[in-house]
Amino acid sequence: MSTVTTVVIPARSPIRRLWYAAPVLAVLLVLPWVAEQYQTILLAYGLVMAIAAIGFNLLLGYTGLLSFGHSAYFGVGAYAVALMVKYLGVVSMELHLLGAIAASVLVTAIFGIACVRYTRIFFSILTMALSQVLWSLAFKFFWVTGGTDGLRVPTPTLLGVVTGKGDKTAFLVHQYYYYVLGVFLVCVAIMWVIVNSPFGRALQAIRDNETRAQFVGIPIWRYRWVAFMLSGVFTGVAGALWVPLNGLTTPDILHWTFSGKIVFMAVLGGFRTFVGPIVGAVVYNYLESYAVGYTVYWQLFLGVILVVLVLSLPTGIVGTAERLMARRRGPR
Amino acid sequence: MSVLLETKAVVKQFGEFRAVDRVDFRVQEGEVLALIGSNGAGKTTLVNLISGLLTADEGHILFRGHDVTKQPVKERIRAGIARSFQLVNLFDQLSALDNVALAIFSRQGKTRRLLSLADADRPVWQEATDVLALFRLDAHARTLAGGLSQGERKLLDVAIAYALKPKLLFLDEPTSGVGTREKAPIMDTIVSVVRSEGISAAIIEHDMDVVFSYSDRIVAMHQGTILADGTPDQIRRDEKVLTTLIGTPEPPRPSQGGG
Repeated sequence: MSTVTTVVIPARSPIRRLWYAAPVLAVLLVLPWVAEQYQTILLAYGLVMAIAAIGFNLLLGYTGLLSFGHSAYFGVGAYAVALMVKYLGVVSMELHLLGAIAASVLVTAIFGIACVRYTRIFFSILTMALSQVLWSLAFKFFWVTGGTDGLRVPTPTLLGVVTGKGDKTAFLVHQYYYYVLGVFLVCVAIMWVIVNSPFGRALQAIRDNETRAQFVGIPIWRYRWVAFMLSGVFTGVAGALWVPLNGLTTPDILHWTFSGKIVFMAVLGGFRTFVGPIVGAVVYNYLESYAVGYTVYWQLFLGVILVVLVLSLPTGIVGTAERLMARRRGPR
Repeated sequence: MSVLLETKAVVKQFGEFRAVDRVDFRVQEGEVLALIGSNGAGKTTLVNLISGLLTADEGHILFRGHDVTKQPVKERIRAGIARSFQLVNLFDQLSALDNVALAIFSRQGKTRRLLSLADADRPVWQEATDVLALFRLDAHARTLAGGLSQGERKLLDVAIAYALKPKLLFLDEPTSGVGTREKAPIMDTIVSVVRSEGISAAIIEHDMDVVFSYSDRIVAMHQGTILADGTPDQIRRDEKVLTTLIGTPEPPRPSQGGG
């Protein structure tokens, strides 16, 4: 080509964004030392749900597929851990995570084959139906899953050395909180690379225009399938991390209403941004905990709050914040 | 000149309606060809069959001697067939630059990479920038494709196809929906790129001024079959084309019409 031009590199500067993350990270690190134990545990739950939400958002925000069945992969992660404890006596958290990853890869690979041929409402309904199948299995096969009583899971061993014997709350607030934070940071870093990789761009292309994506040579079904698996694995990891916090797995986490919560977290935070689902998950978790403590009609109370939030912040918390910041910077 | 693409008696049936009826169609290497005909003549269906959006019911499609009739789109692109769309198909929430870069990543087989950063691949962005410049879109590199004007969108659609480095480029109405004044600059840009790179192009077009001024050869279709095939001068004088497509069996206007 004869034309001489200067190269345009896309105006995304990830490094500058890390500066915004630094104070947040500082707060996350010192929190167990300054906040009440209850607050720290609540935040640990929030971080776990945030991992599930960024996994979910790889499909909604980046691939344009609204899954209403992510409870399935969260539940698969959690039940994989519970069953490993029950039948194999495994107590190592790292093995629990590996088991959860293996189980969610298996389940998402199979569910994915059926789901990725569809889009929009058909995709959503199919994912929801499949998750309900797992819910009813967990519900009915009580001799394996404990039915509605669920399965009790004792505190695991972290990194082969740290055990939760003794004061369980102290373990959860300190050792386990930092463990969750560590896994959370690793998950965020990996997901950030994925969405900014050539593969991540291809997913966004599929989201924007399936036909065109096909006509630049992208095998759309295969890429959606891979995205589906990755998405489910992150959510499965979240499920595994959730078990020690809750101490018990029950079929509730496989029910479609739990999928609805994950959808809500992403929408509340802003599914068009990378950090939106993280913020949404933490905020939703606080809202729900306070609503439950505040009134017995907490579902109604929460529902009203959520409707108001979505109507007033249609682009989510992070989307709105970004717009406000851009407006403030604008006149300069 | 050798034959680049050849269809042999291809048929496409939609229910009772035969959209493409035993068509033998050829594209020579390096030529710019126009495909004309009224709505429903089968032009777009023919292009869909060749590019792989639809599969032929009967017949064969040979590209550089290889049978591609049943091949998936991805393989046809790899072989060198690319296309643009009548209703522009872009990635609206990505920038113009990202749109072109994606085609390059895909061509180089890099979209499989999920643990490396796209922005770090400098040669790809260099090439994407050059392609945008060729299509006079460099000023809009960072504009989201959804925010471009219709004319710019048309050009970007072609630029994406061009970035796949095709040997044969199908352009489905590259100037439809664009103001009369914008047509010539768009066609000038596209045709000069195509000719300088030696790419063969087949353009579906309704605007006869565009057809006659930019093409080496014209193929006229009617009711799923080929009605006429020849140079612009031959087509201008073809009785069948004049009666069925242009509607008035008048002799063509002299090129230097007295005023």
